[in-house]
This record gives sequence, C-alpha cells and structure tokens, in this order.
Amino acid sequence: MSNTNRRDFLGMSFAAVAAVGGVTALVGMKRAWDPLPSVKAAGTTVVDTSTAEANVMYTEKWRGKPVFILKKTKEMVAKASNNEKARDVIVNGEHFLVCIGLCTHLGCIPAYRPESENFLCACHGAEYDQSAINTKAPAPLPMPIPPFTVDGNKIILGKAGDTYNKMKEAGVLGSTPLDPKA
Amino acid sequence: MAHFSDAKPFSEQWLDERLAVKTLKRVLSQEYWIPKNINFLWAMGMILAVTFGLLLISGIFLLMYYKPDVNLAFDSVNYTIMQEVGYGWLFRHIHGVAASVVFLIIYIHMFTGIYYGSYKKGREMIWISGMLLFVTFSAEAFSGYMLPWGQMSYWAGMVITNLFSLGGLELNGLVEWIRGDYVPGDAFLSRFFMLHVLLMPLIIIGVIVLHFGTLRIPHVNNQEGEEIDFDVEAEKYLSGDTKNAKIIRFQWDFLAKDFMVMAFFLTFFFYLVFYHFDFAMDPVNFDPADGLKTPPHIYPEWYFLWSYEILRPFSKNIGLMAFGFAQVIFMLLPFLDRSPNAKPAHTRGLFKVWFWALLVDMIVLSIMGKVPPEGVFNTIGLVAALTFIGLWIALPFITMAEKKA
Repeated sequence: MSNTNRRDFLGMSFAAVAAVGGVTALVGMKRAWDPLPSVKAAGTTVVDTSTAEANVMYTEKWRGKPVFILKKTKEMVAKASNNEKARDVIVNGEHFLVCIGLCTHLGCIPAYRPESENFLCACHGAEYDQSAINTKAPAPLPMPIPPFTVDGNKIILGKAGDTYNKMKEAGVLGSTPLDPKA
Repeated sequence: MAHFSDAKPFSEQWLDERLAVKTLKRVLSQEYWIPKNINFLWAMGMILAVTFGLLLISGIFLLMYYKPDVNLAFDSVNYTIMQEVGYGWLFRHIHGVAASVVFLIIYIHMFTGIYYGSYKKGREMIWISGMLLFVTFSAEAFSGYMLPWGQMSYWAGMVITNLFSLGGLELNGLVEWIRGDYVPGDAFLSRFFMLHVLLMPLIIIGVIVLHFGTLRIPHVNNQEGEEIDFDVEAEKYLSGDTKNAKIIRFQWDFLAKDFMVMAFFLTFFFYLVFYHFDFAMDPVNFDPADGLKTPPHIYPEWYFLWSYEILRPFSKNIGLMAFGFAQVIFMLLPFLDRSPNAKPAHTRGLFKVWFWALLVDMIVLSIMGKVPPEGVFNTIGLVAALTFIGLWIALPFITMAEKKA
C-alpha cells in the first residue's frame, strides 16, 4: 500500500468516526431542548360548572394554556347549527363550549363578545362563532376541544372520556375545518 | 528558523518579525483603497460597526444584573436595573435605542446598496453576507425582546414560535421543542437568553468579519458605478500623485470622513437616548407577561412591521408562504437583477421606478402593520403585500429589458 492510499484510508476512517460522533452529538443536543419531564407531567384541571352563568366566558388554565368554558343560553342552543351543537359539551342538561382559547392562526387569545355571541381575535382580525368554529380569515380551523371527561357537575380537562371520544369519531374536535352553518 | 534581529521587545520591528504587523496594517488599512467619488451614505458601515459596539458594551453591563427566570426577569429589568443599579437606566436606554436605530441604519445601508448597484458582478458575496447579517441581527433583536418578559415579549414569543408549525403542516412538536414547553415558559426564556448573549453574538461577529473580508477584493462601489482599476490608481497614489488618483487610503483618509458622519450620528443617537428613549420602549411591555391575557393589539417593533404585514392579509398557509418569500427574496437580489449595469438607479430607466416603488411599498406595509387590522386598512395592506411580491417577480424582466449603458 502506498503512502497516498494509507492517508486516504486514514482520512476516510477519521471522517466516518467524526460523522458518527457528530450525529450522536446532535441527538444529544436535540434531547437537551425537549420539554422536561416535569413540564410534560402537568396534570389535569378540574372545572366546577355549578356556579357558571350563561353567556359569560370563564377561562381556566390547563398545561399553561387558557381553556374557554362558556355556558350557552337557551336562545343560543335553539339557533345553533348541527355542527355547532355537535361541539357542545352537555353537563346536567346544560350546553357548554369547552375549547383551548388560542387563535388557530398564530396563538393569540381571542376575546368573547357577549352582545354578538362570538369571538374576535384582535391580533389579525379572525372571528369564531359560539362554538368556536372559525367564521372569518385568517383563522384556518375551529379552536380545538381538549381531552375532557364529564363527572357530575365537573369537567375534567386532560382525561379523554366517552363524549370526547365520540366527538373525535365525528371529527368535530377542531383538527379539520367545519362549516359553521351546516 | 526565521531570522530575528535584536530589536527592542514590543517595538514595531520586534512585532513585525514575529507577527508581520506591517504587512497586516498595509493590507487591511493603509493600502486598502476607497474611491474618492462617494458620499455620506458610504459611512453607514462604520456607523453600524460602532452601534454594534455600543450594543455589546451596554449589553455587558445589563448582563450583570439581568435574571433569566420567569419569576425574576421582569423585576430584574424594571426594578433592579432601572431603579437600583448606578446608571442602569442609561445602559438600558442605550441598549434599547441602539437596537432600534441599528435597524434604521441597516435599512439605509441596504437601500444604498440597491440604489447604486453595489451587489453586482464581483460584489455578490458582499450583498449575501450583508443579508446574513440582517437575518442574524433580526434573530438577535427578537431574542433580546423576550428578555424583559413583559406582555409584548410573551406574546411576540408565542406568535413567532408558532410560525414554526408551518401552517397546514401542523408541526406542533417542533414548536414545543423550540419552546421546551407547551407555551413560552422558563425553558423558553433561558434558551433565548443563551441565544441572545452568546450564540447569536458569536455568529454575528463571525459574519461581520466575513462581510469585511468580502469587500477586500472587489472594493467598495462608488457614486457613478465607475469600474476603477485599483492597481493603477494605487500606483498613482503611492508615487505621490494623490491629486489625480481616484482613490484614498482607508486609514486615515476615509476614516476621517467616516468620523465626520459618525459625529452627526452619535449626536442624534444620544439625543434619542436622553430625550426620546420612549420610542424604543413599548408601554405594553411594562405589564408583566400573562399567558392568559392577550394584549388587545399586538404588533412587532417598527423594523419588523413590513414583513409582519405581508403575513397578515392572507389566509394562514398563503400568509406564511408570502412571509417566507419576503424573508429570502432580498438574498437573491444579485441573481434576480439581470442587467449587467452596475450603475446608480437614476441612470437605469425602469429600475429607478422599481427602486422607489419598493421603498414606498415597504413604508406603506410598515404603516399598515402598525394600525389595527380593520376595514380599509385590510385592503391597503393586501394591495401593498401583493405589490411587494409583484415587484420582485417583475424585477428580472425589468432588468433584462434594460439596455447596456
């Protein structure tokens, strides 16, 4: 073997070992930026609905995000479309909207307007109806419904129950666009 | 071994034998030639270097009292630095005002380059490294904006990191990875602190060195875009015919002109620091960060408004594509301008119209980015955003049609 070949071999071996080391280092660096276990293990949030007033929006905190709880009036339920009703969480016969209160455009918190019974995001002008289905651009999707379980008067956020799973099957959770009038 | 004389330690001769300081000085400054035919706009580069120095020094003093912790950050800035630290308010105002003014000078510097065709054949790398500096300065400005942990910090952090979900691709895992949390929190603040005080400044300093390096061979452009043979002119200058040579030395001839402009700039700068620092201090950011309350109206600092407004009038995916377009398109300028003429815009026919249309359009976009997204402002914003994209698409055709001067 000539000197040149030997150097090529050394160079290529060095490059191969360095490449493996480099990729391994990148994996380690990626892991260092992952959310910590303590962050991921954020528990459930329990919401008591017994004192809720109709057409008044309550904001709860779940995994650092705001969750909107809105008890609907009889009139709101009566005029709701099928898609709007399909997203209602029913607790003791009362209809509730439960959704993550972040605009699906870029994550601002939309404000509820009780007089027009809809949401307006002040950042870029998106609007949502009483069931948090987007009605005006630039929002692309309804505000998503978080995993929940209904237990008596309480809604438990962060635990998927039967109603939640049914909503998931019906495709009304907010991962796909919905027609607010259908 | 090389030959070493008995020169006195640390004398010029002694240093030259060990470090070639005479050659360095000659190549980097005394025989680095600058054309005579320039104006005050050619001083913006050194003004930027000085402003970066001001940011670095004021930043070092802020760093000694700042606390990157969601519970302590706001008070460490607004109480400790502003109220307790001797002249802490001065360092903060220098830092905040310089961060804003540096973008004003960057934009002047950029548009000077576009106007005089200083990105053309031979000077492409100057332009590209300069645009890399624009990108890295933007990242530096954004990460720094997080640190006071006020309402604008938090919500700007929320909105900008959400851009990385890339709209319809729904890459929420990537967004959570960038934040280290579901929402901007302690992990987010600490890592953006690291980016702001270490990684980004390191990259910026590296790219500044590269930017200076890209100038050395093509040299800076001049007011008429005249192609100067620097070897011939240098010979003329060095033989004593400095009057007829078209060039001057960088040190101290050009620097003397620089210092003149810099004196005016620094007067203006410190006037802002002492009497009008409030323009760089958004009142909303004096409310502590609250993840459950979005301020009624969110807007970025003035220097990001034009690209923010390109995002706003469209639906989510199209808006993101338009925004991405705006971020990279300036980088491609040397290749989109198909004309071989390295001449100032006023001699280039339609290109002159294009230049002023782009400048005015970006000012309109900036104004529309600041006003609430309602009614007629939506329409003006949409038209201005479409005009921006249209101008860049038209550029290759406009410049191809240009006659060789």
